[in-house]
Amino acid sequence: MILLPLPWLEAAILIALIGAVFISRVGNLDRAWRWGVAFTAAVLSCTVLASLTFYLQEWTGTKTDWSRGSLQANLLGRPYLELDELNAPLVPAAALLHFLTAVATARTKMRRFSLTWSLSAEAFHLAKFGCTQPMVLMTLLTLGAALPLVELINRCRPTRIYVLHMSLFAALLFTGGILLQRADGSSTMSTAAAVFLLAAVLIRCGVVPAHCWITDWFENASFGIALLYVIPLSGVYAAIRLVLPIAPDWVLHGIGLMSLITAFYAASMALIQREVRRFFAYFFLSHASLVLVGLQLHTAVALTAALSLWFAVILSLGGFGLVLRALESRFGPLSLRQHYGLYDHSPMLALSFLLTGLASVGFPGTFGFVAADLLVEGALGANLFVGLVVIATGALNGIAIIRVYLLLFTGARHTSTVSLELGLRERIVVLTLASLILLGGVFPQAGISSRRRAADAILNPFSAPPLHAAESRPRSWWLRANRQYIVDEFPPPHR
Amino acid sequence: MPETAALMPWLGAIVIAAPLVLVVYLGVSSLLNLPLAEQTISKSIQASIVTGLLGALAILTFMLASGGRHVVVDLGEWVETAGFHVRVMFVFDRLSVPFVLLSFVLTGTIAAFGTRYLHRERGYNRFFVLYAVFLLGMITASLAGTIETLFFGWELVGLSSALLVAFYQERPAPARNGLWIWGVYRVSDAALLLAAVVLHHMVGKGDFHHLLGEAPWPQGQASASSSEAFVVGLLLLAAAAGKSGLVPFCGWLPRAMEGPTPSSAIFYGALSVHLGAFLLLRVSPLLECSPVLCSVLVVLGLCTAGLAYLIGSVQTDIKAVLSFASLSQVGIIVAEIGLGFRYLALVHLLGHACLRTLQFLRAPSLLHDYHSLENAIGQHLSQPRLPLLRWTSTGTQAWIYRLALERGYLDSWITTCFVTPFVGLFRRCDALERAWTSWLLGTRSPAPENKPTPPVRMEELV
Repeated sequence: MILLPLPWLEAAILIALIGAVFISRVGNLDRAWRWGVAFTAAVLSCTVLASLTFYLQEWTGTKTDWSRGSLQANLLGRPYLELDELNAPLVPAAALLHFLTAVATARTKMRRFSLTWSLSAEAFHLAKFGCTQPMVLMTLLTLGAALPLVELINRCRPTRIYVLHMSLFAALLFTGGILLQRADGSSTMSTAAAVFLLAAVLIRCGVVPAHCWITDWFENASFGIALLYVIPLSGVYAAIRLVLPIAPDWVLHGIGLMSLITAFYAASMALIQREVRRFFAYFFLSHASLVLVGLQLHTAVALTAALSLWFAVILSLGGFGLVLRALESRFGPLSLRQHYGLYDHSPMLALSFLLTGLASVGFPGTFGFVAADLLVEGALGANLFVGLVVIATGALNGIAIIRVYLLLFTGARHTSTVSLELGLRERIVVLTLASLILLGGVFPQAGISSRRRAADAILNPFSAPPLHAAESRPRSWWLRANRQYIVDEFPPPHR
Repeated sequence: MPETAALMPWLGAIVIAAPLVLVVYLGVSSLLNLPLAEQTISKSIQASIVTGLLGALAILTFMLASGGRHVVVDLGEWVETAGFHVRVMFVFDRLSVPFVLLSFVLTGTIAAFGTRYLHRERGYNRFFVLYAVFLLGMITASLAGTIETLFFGWELVGLSSALLVAFYQERPAPARNGLWIWGVYRVSDAALLLAAVVLHHMVGKGDFHHLLGEAPWPQGQASASSSEAFVVGLLLLAAAAGKSGLVPFCGWLPRAMEGPTPSSAIFYGALSVHLGAFLLLRVSPLLECSPVLCSVLVVLGLCTAGLAYLIGSVQTDIKAVLSFASLSQVGIIVAEIGLGFRYLALVHLLGHACLRTLQFLRAPSLLHDYHSLENAIGQHLSQPRLPLLRWTSTGTQAWIYRLALERGYLDSWITTCFVTPFVGLFRRCDALERAWTSWLLGTRSPAPENKPTPPVRMEELV
């Protein structure tokens, strides 16, 4: 208990950065992997402690001095990174994903999967999710977007599509930020800024028609790295922190419509794909868009649904991606033009595929079920058409999962004289994910309550200051600049 | 007597826990890759079914002795947040208790048959894991006191059915048929989910007794208006049609025969195919609020029965014949529900499920018996002609034969009207996207689809 009020989040980011530098100097692959697992485990522990500290302080109603032992306090004089209801579970979830990906990396993939890259990306993810200051968040998002470029260049893959999209993203993001900084309470400038920020967020989330960079990224990056970059849904975080507080209704409707189209379109595209990686890219896009649909509805139920779905996506879709990666490491790139019949050789992989896949489409008994049910409820409550499309999207995603399962694991006799079953490390990863998915499915109340509090905090930004914040600490320039505008546009308690 | 009444929720909990424990036991051992011995699986299934059956019988005895018709096992709110809640509640009444008893008896019979039929089969463990999931789904759906609980069981039944159709994994046909069935089930699930949410908006809760009245089944009086009942009833009918293979979804039924005989018997002959009819019986007080909906039900039931009779008459495979015979009876049961004969429909359902299970289990050995008989008498056994054909012209006969052989053209209609345009449209979109990315990349021709090399065998890597 004495240790708890330390700046664990900062420690986690620092460990990740130190780990990245250290591993880049280790030549031996096996040693690098061991160190990588150790560093990601240390980062995960720190994030869990950070999250625990936050919840303990909330439950006990105590507030500690945020600056005690904090690097931010000593170097910058104010907190740029802090946990609140929104990011408290997301930070350990992102760290868990990095840890499990590192653990599950097969020997054959160690040369391709850069642990230095993974730890650097982890540091950026944690910093992004911990950051509540808009300008710093924008900088982190832009710098973080450069990491995939390194991966593509290292693998000698085409970078043009990625560079085009991300340059546009960065330009729109900073234009929006600068406009808002100069808005000084003017609603016209704020609206213009919101439009720019919205466009940036939509590109980052891969909303149609700016989604091609996601399929391109999955086709050209190594699978593990591709997963780690997109699964935590940084774009959604940017939408919540940057767009939601200032966006007028029509901007929210714009996000909603485009995300809804993307969700349905990507689910349909996932259903007809003939390559596993493209299938996964569209499957992911559909889920990311469903989270955005929930956000734009801007009601307590829909927001809770979106935030719960976000968490479910990180766990179940992350797990699903790791299962596909394990398949690829055994059989190479997989086509969906033929049956493989792999079940008999790797029943545990098949079971994990089904479990994580069905969890991501909200099958009963998994954590995704309540999130999906909440989303349908929230969507139908807001608009019948939105609800119908959300239900149709869920149905298409469910069909897509079973189609791919049947193609990969049934329909043919696969012959092999060596065992293709999961190794011990992969089993640990699969069982960890399965336990989290099923326990979250059987006992969803704690998770849903936490997401509900986060949703309430988003809907009423002035009623719930972060617990770490000192009483006299001024609010960020963002809220100061737009306070009048936000109060005019979103009078509490309505919305 | 009050002490016995206090015992009822515990007995109810045992009925539900028995299949749940079985799923956890078999599922966790599979997940941990610790395959169980055939005998262990067989014993655990026996223990689970006997426990559940005894619990259900005890509840029935109590209900008969006390005259009580309604035992509720309320597990409280599973998830609760402002504006949303999911309650887990199970109801033992005159509808659910017979259906649960039927489920336990028939699944027990099939388990006894299956343990011998699948002895030393490679997928023995997989079959019984899916069987356990199916049993849990059936019991949950039968006893559901809220539409969310029903949805939970409904989905479990759907998933286990589709995966059991694809049980024989060496051929692509079972996998394709499994996918088709899963597709139909997903449509039916979507309709049920929509009905659940509409119900929530109508009455504020998903509990059946709020919607269908406090009186025990079948005396309930629904509080919905005619138009509300029509909308919700239509959604529930769509869900039931998908699950029970009513028109226009009846094409999946012969596809389901790709699975092993025990699963065909239990799913498509006895229980799963009746689940749609059970749902309609459960919400029958709501259906009766809308005479139009009742008429739709009768018409749909009779159409299904007639078409299934015709199709079944021209089948050459005994399991397909039996499946369409099942379907024709399910059609009649649905028509009975539409006409308001609730008890008749329930009795019909129970009797038909038992008879059809027996016929399915007898089917493999019956063929041997027929061959022996024909060898003994030295000629083929006589085939009865369709009575309908006696009074029709040759042209009409040919048309009816074509209709029956093509299974009412329903599968081809669904394929032509929905599947092909859908796949064609999105394949075109895929091609356009590839062209777009290739243009962005600056290559002349559209980026070729990555054609992955054939799966690399581990031997080649080593």
